[in-house]
Amino acid sequence: MAAADLARRGALPNPDVRKYEDVNKAVLSVLSRPGKGWWFLFSIAVAGVGVFLASWFYQIYKGIGVSGLNAPVGWGVYITTFVFWVGIAHSGTLISAILFLFRAPWRQAIYRASEAMTVFAVMTAGLFPLIHVGRVWHAYWLVPYPNSRFLWPNFRSPLVWDVFAITTYFTVSAVFFYLGTIPDLAAARDHARGLRKKFYQVISLGWRGTDREWHHFSKAYIYLAALATPLVLSVHSVVSWDFAMAIVPGWHTTIFAPYFVAGAIFSGVALVITLAVPMRKFFGLEDYLTVKHFEAMAKLCMLTSLIVLYAYLVEYFLAWYSGEPPERGSFWNRVFGHYWWANWIMLTCNGLVPLMLWFRRVRRSIAALFVISIFINIGMWFERFVIIVTSLSHEYEPWAWGLYRPSVVEMGILLGSFAWFGFWFLLFTRLLPPVAIAEMKEVVPPPRRGKGAS
Amino acid sequence: MIFGAKRRRGHQGFFALFEHLDSTVDACKALRAAGHKGFRAYAPLPEHELLEEGLALKHSPVRVFTLAGGLTGAATGFAFTSWTSMDWPLVTGGKPILSIPAYVVIAFECAILFGALSTVIGLFINAGLPNFRPMVAYHPECSNGSFGVYVTAPPARAARVREILSSHEPAELREDPEGFDV
Repeated sequence: MAAADLARRGALPNPDVRKYEDVNKAVLSVLSRPGKGWWFLFSIAVAGVGVFLASWFYQIYKGIGVSGLNAPVGWGVYITTFVFWVGIAHSGTLISAILFLFRAPWRQAIYRASEAMTVFAVMTAGLFPLIHVGRVWHAYWLVPYPNSRFLWPNFRSPLVWDVFAITTYFTVSAVFFYLGTIPDLAAARDHARGLRKKFYQVISLGWRGTDREWHHFSKAYIYLAALATPLVLSVHSVVSWDFAMAIVPGWHTTIFAPYFVAGAIFSGVALVITLAVPMRKFFGLEDYLTVKHFEAMAKLCMLTSLIVLYAYLVEYFLAWYSGEPPERGSFWNRVFGHYWWANWIMLTCNGLVPLMLWFRRVRRSIAALFVISIFINIGMWFERFVIIVTSLSHEYEPWAWGLYRPSVVEMGILLGSFAWFGFWFLLFTRLLPPVAIAEMKEVVPPPRRGKGAS
Repeated sequence: MIFGAKRRRGHQGFFALFEHLDSTVDACKALRAAGHKGFRAYAPLPEHELLEEGLALKHSPVRVFTLAGGLTGAATGFAFTSWTSMDWPLVTGGKPILSIPAYVVIAFECAILFGALSTVIGLFINAGLPNFRPMVAYHPECSNGSFGVYVTAPPARAARVREILSSHEPAELREDPEGFDV
């Protein structure tokens, strides 16, 4: 074996995993009968989905007036949560595609779970425009088609770009996720019995692991990763232009695209940590999700947290430096106005708390990372709330300023969206191999004659 | 012939299961040296040593699909936005009717979407997926920890193939009286 190859395999010491069979055994055992804990979480998720649907149906029945949305704040919790979930989706593609192209070997253990997270997060985010439009039976108006007088939508509008970006992102990330799972579904098929075997037989598409399949598969995977990489950067840029293209003080800045992309990766990696910690514990995957993986994710959080903090500070500086009274007023209002608490939650959770990651001991402590990741998730939701709500509530004319208070229905939908996401994620951990079996084998030394599994 | 196994008439089939990567690679090299081409190797992971050294696989035509899809997507995105704007010229926001910079976003997203989907089509065509034929030449260990080789040969060469395969210490050597196209 070439020395470089050895170094690549050795990049992830996993002393307890010596054989390919160990990987199959550990990962496929997760798919066996669910324990009580899983059923407990699943029933909470189902109940939460009930809250979600009940709130939404109530809003559909009564009208959008049951939310707190009104002039001047026409975008509230729904759009905030939409941007939040789109952001969450980004780390999956970052870890699966960008780190794949950069050949970062630590991605192998976590990328399946984070890709699944991406798909489910986009599924969650995609519901929010439908909720937000109010009259959901007209939601098909979002699709770019001409009206009855053959006038087409305005393709100069960032909201139309967003439809293209989100649809493409959902399709491509779902395809990328499914394609990567096919070899592992074949492994599950060869391991399962009865009805489950039939299920895996169909969804593994008859994968046999022949040279011809692997050859084209690994090439197709590289090209998909190469396409997904610019896509992930474009999607949150387009989402940021929903705001930055409007001449609202606090929105209309060129920093928005990189600032949103960094924030998206920051929140996404944090949610991967939040989900990976319990997964590792409940499914006994300690050999596969090691402290080394968590430390790498913590470093990614550290970097993106600094970018986000820099963006916050630059925004304040530029608002002052611009000399524009509405711009200055908007930012003064953010920090000291009616929504000061939201802004300070954002600064604390996204800027201050992650500074603890500078300590190696914190980065290597899984409990500490779990707690910090929850702070980051809260902070990143508030970041979007601060950007959207405080800017809209404090635009140009003082007589047009106004306040917004989320209603119970909106909070029900916000909390319910987490349950909806959890529902799919829990199903995923039982139906699809939650750790990429074939890719994990790439970091296990291959069996050789004579030397054995050395 | 999606639902039936495709027979290779007048051929005999051999399936060898190997526990070691290097013996699989050596067996493949020996088979190629003996002039066999249409045999299949099975592996639980995309092992480059097997694919590149053992089987000398070169470029995959999937990349042509990716490129063609991406270019088609970009062209479609530009054509769609330009045509719809020209179809009813309506000035909005004082912008030109053909606002190319704004259409770049849509053309870009279409390029990615078409490129990704045609990559998948390219993979499916080249790798022969989905493949719902009965799995006659397969061993479930090949998705676990072992490698496999499946060769078909006319009776005159059967003895030579048997000799090559068994000389590399297979864990299991199965002979099918009829060969299958896999």
